[in-house]
Amino acid sequence: MFKIFGVNKMFSITYRFQKYVFFLFVVFLSVGLVEALLLSPPDYLQSDSVRIMYVHVPSAWVSLGIFSTIAFLSIGNFIFKNKNFSLIAKSLAPSGLVFNIIALVTGAIWGKPTWGTFWAWDARITSMLILALFYGMYILSWKIFEDKLQVTKITSIIAIIGLVNVPIIKFSVEWWTTLHQPSSVKILSDSTIHSSMILPLFLMTAAFVLFSLLIFLMKYNTELIKIKNKGLERL
Amino acid sequence: MYGKKVKLRVLFLFLLLSAIVLTVFLVLKSLEENVVYFLSPTEVKALNEIKKEKIRVGGMVKKNSIKINDKIINFVITDFKNEIIVRYDGLVPNLFQEEKGVVAEGFLDGKNFFRASKILAKHDENYMPPEVKEALEATN
Repeated sequence: MFKIFGVNKMFSITYRFQKYVFFLFVVFLSVGLVEALLLSPPDYLQSDSVRIMYVHVPSAWVSLGIFSTIAFLSIGNFIFKNKNFSLIAKSLAPSGLVFNIIALVTGAIWGKPTWGTFWAWDARITSMLILALFYGMYILSWKIFEDKLQVTKITSIIAIIGLVNVPIIKFSVEWWTTLHQPSSVKILSDSTIHSSMILPLFLMTAAFVLFSLLIFLMKYNTELIKIKNKGLERL
Repeated sequence: MYGKKVKLRVLFLFLLLSAIVLTVFLVLKSLEENVVYFLSPTEVKALNEIKKEKIRVGGMVKKNSIKINDKIINFVITDFKNEIIVRYDGLVPNLFQEEKGVVAEGFLDGKNFFRASKILAKHDENYMPPEVKEALEATN
């Protein structure tokens, strides 16, 4: 069902793509930063601290998206024993963790002047911390377990268990009362964020996605080099 | 189409995920009163007994209700059904305003009075430039 590529072919693809992704990342980041820091308007209530949101929200989205991808790849790997899935998932994890930490830190920086506190043990913030713990467990278990067959199983199970946390993060602000506000960007109904603030938000999201993709390609390349060095022709 | 092993693995994952989802659901359901960050004035009214321990009450700061005399701030938290009168001695965050969200942490004095030890401003999900806000207010 899933075609297994030759290592050399994969390597040349992932290697060539890097510079294009890097170029696009620089373009989106510079336009996004100019929009977010200079051109977009301040908020009527929180004035310029709204600009933290242009880093906070995309980071949170990207870290959630990456974890979901890792979990679904793990399900695929667990069921079909496709080793490529677990290598892709492994290479995605570090940028997911970094964006998760950025979301937590920028949230705290925004929370102090807005709410009056750096941290609140409400459902949204706590479940986001749990996601960071799952990322940590996932990345560490790749390093701890030496046995090749064991390590793919254990990391897959961790990601699949962590998947249960993802809808909890998403809906925590609706299921319970939280200090964190509900989402402003909505798919099914009108967004409660002004259109002039949506553009920088989406540009920054695109930049962060491209950055994750770039780091992923580099990590994945390294994994392929390791396999090549062992003299294996196929994954 | 798929081998027996693949079917067994799918079944295993299905059982694993169902077990975890159910466990998490039961735990969150039974801990509901700790998972919620604050109670609304209506929920405070509905309490069976006055809680001795520290709780949080949240809602809107009622219009024209903030009264400051000698560092002590009195205001009313409302959810437009019920109200609770809050007394607080200390610093409030910048975004603490009338007709904006607030979460007060402290102790109940009966069902209508609350001694707050900490005030947090709750920001809502509305983001807009000042001009748009003015335009909105002008049309109202």
